[in-house]
Amino acid sequence: MELVCPAGTPSALRTAVEAGADAVYCGFQDETNARNFPGLNFTAVELQEGIAYAHRRGVKVLVAINTFARAGGIELWQRAVETSVRARADALILADIGILAWARRNFPEQRLHLSVQAAATTPSAIRFYVERYGVKRIVLPRVLTVDEIAMLIAAIPCEAEVFAFGGLCVMTEGRCQLSSYATGESPNMNGVCSPAAHVEYRQEGSELAARLGGFTIDRYPEGQPAAYPTLCKGRFKVHGKVQHIFEEPTSLDTLPLLPALKKAGVTALKIEGRQRGKAYLAATVRAFRNALDALEAGAAPAASRLDAFTEGGRGTTGAYRKTWR
Amino acid sequence: MKLTLGPVLFNWSTSAWSDFYARIADEAPIDRVIVGEAVCSKRSPFRIDASADVIERLSRGGKEVVIATLALPTLKREIAEIRDVATGDTLVEVSDVTALAAVAGRDHVIGPMFNVYNEAALQELTALGATTICLPPELPITSVAVLGQYRGAADLEVFAFGRAPLAIAARCYHARAHGLTKDGCKYVCELDADGLEVDTLDGQHFLAVNGVQTLAGGVTALATEVFDLAAAGVARLRLSPHSCDMVAVSGSFRDLVDGRICAAEHIARLERLPLPAGIVDGYLHARAGAHRLVDTQ
Repeated sequence: MELVCPAGTPSALRTAVEAGADAVYCGFQDETNARNFPGLNFTAVELQEGIAYAHRRGVKVLVAINTFARAGGIELWQRAVETSVRARADALILADIGILAWARRNFPEQRLHLSVQAAATTPSAIRFYVERYGVKRIVLPRVLTVDEIAMLIAAIPCEAEVFAFGGLCVMTEGRCQLSSYATGESPNMNGVCSPAAHVEYRQEGSELAARLGGFTIDRYPEGQPAAYPTLCKGRFKVHGKVQHIFEEPTSLDTLPLLPALKKAGVTALKIEGRQRGKAYLAATVRAFRNALDALEAGAAPAASRLDAFTEGGRGTTGAYRKTWR
Repeated sequence: MKLTLGPVLFNWSTSAWSDFYARIADEAPIDRVIVGEAVCSKRSPFRIDASADVIERLSRGGKEVVIATLALPTLKREIAEIRDVATGDTLVEVSDVTALAAVAGRDHVIGPMFNVYNEAALQELTALGATTICLPPELPITSVAVLGQYRGAADLEVFAFGRAPLAIAARCYHARAHGLTKDGCKYVCELDADGLEVDTLDGQHFLAVNGVQTLAGGVTALATEVFDLAAAGVARLRLSPHSCDMVAVSGSFRDLVDGRICAAEHIARLERLPLPAGIVDGYLHARAGAHRLVDTQ
């Protein structure tokens, strides 16, 4: 299986390549990609240099242009496609059917991947993207179990990439407007979820309230570390009872599932986290590189030591196991 | 402007569901009704027997009937159901690409849970046969206006009333709230006719859970905006069913659109019903969806 790693910056790209990535993915410094965070991402020149560097080391570069284009502003997304093609990106990761259609029409030779943000969950949906837009690989939404993934892969005419580690969307990716409900900005429109500009930590008596867009997402007693108020990982009151109604602060960690994912026919594993630092990147990429090499050599998988890099200090296999639902 | 009644998103009992449509058929000034399950396939078996009668009654009442499809199909049974519906004679509302693939090349309706954010996507969908496109709730009116210029022969529809659908997931939050999982859910979603209230730790109403779906906690209830939407080329308003009197809701929207009542009277009428929660209107005004900006008083 191919290891696809996040590159939030040119220096992260080099870190990922050195740590053993088979491919890296990155985006431009604007709302055309789903990690549109301050201080992150690439200029056109940086992308060109990054691709040249990666190619010299036999590593592929995939460019994520995976938000939904703004009405009346689609030139920005079209320019991102054009710039990536010119820079000789190995593939473009697209989500918007309007942009897919345009890319297919204008650059029929360019390899296209279907972003997780397109949320294609069935063989017929995936075949539609393959037949109409020539998509060569689909990044599967984090809603399927390993058994379902195996059945799906047997029924589709393209490669499948799955998320292996990192931040876990609880909602189906590309189909969630919770962030904009609280803040006005969303993954689909702005490439951000629960954006930092709308976050506020407020001392209220002995507690620290973590707020997003004016809504309290969680409260922490003195001395307890406060998590980032990602909306779907917050604690809320339901029937008067306080609970993580959507999900606890946790991250996806599939190291224990690698043999099953390989058997299911998965082509590529993706590590999430273009917004994460160098330590996270080096540790996760190396751990998965070693695990994949061991798997290829027929060795037993080692226990995960990546808890330090998960939210809340623990990993989950998420929707890959049916009981998660 | 025409009025569309969206599918019942909640798990109402079969008798409540049938009675609701009987009244809509006879009394509501609604042009089109979307019938069927869009949220969770575990609910549909209970309504199969009643569906034919409901569709027949609505047609007799002069309503155009459109069949809903699931927002997040994953199981073989769910995919087969979509294919069955797609091969029928009745117009289908597409909620994901599985259904789109099944109806491509024939007339169909695009529902609000399908991502249409720009003119390129709109043109791609109309080329595939979309005759009505209901836009995602979070879309601001500036984007709606651009899409209005590119709509061609297709009708644009905007979510005008009800708790807006915000997210869909594999996990059932209703089951989770009751300490259950999706497979052993005991159909607990039937306990909440308008969704399960999710409040912040400060007790502020925020969201509503409906099985695998998450809805806005606040109720969208457009008022003066409908005239801006009409000017932008929007042909239809979508009203999403709630347990309040939907005949009164549709009547109020009809009266507003036709100029028989003013926006303040319209909102006053709706608030008297009463509504399942307070009114929000931020999305169309390019603000947080939970905000309320327009003061009609």
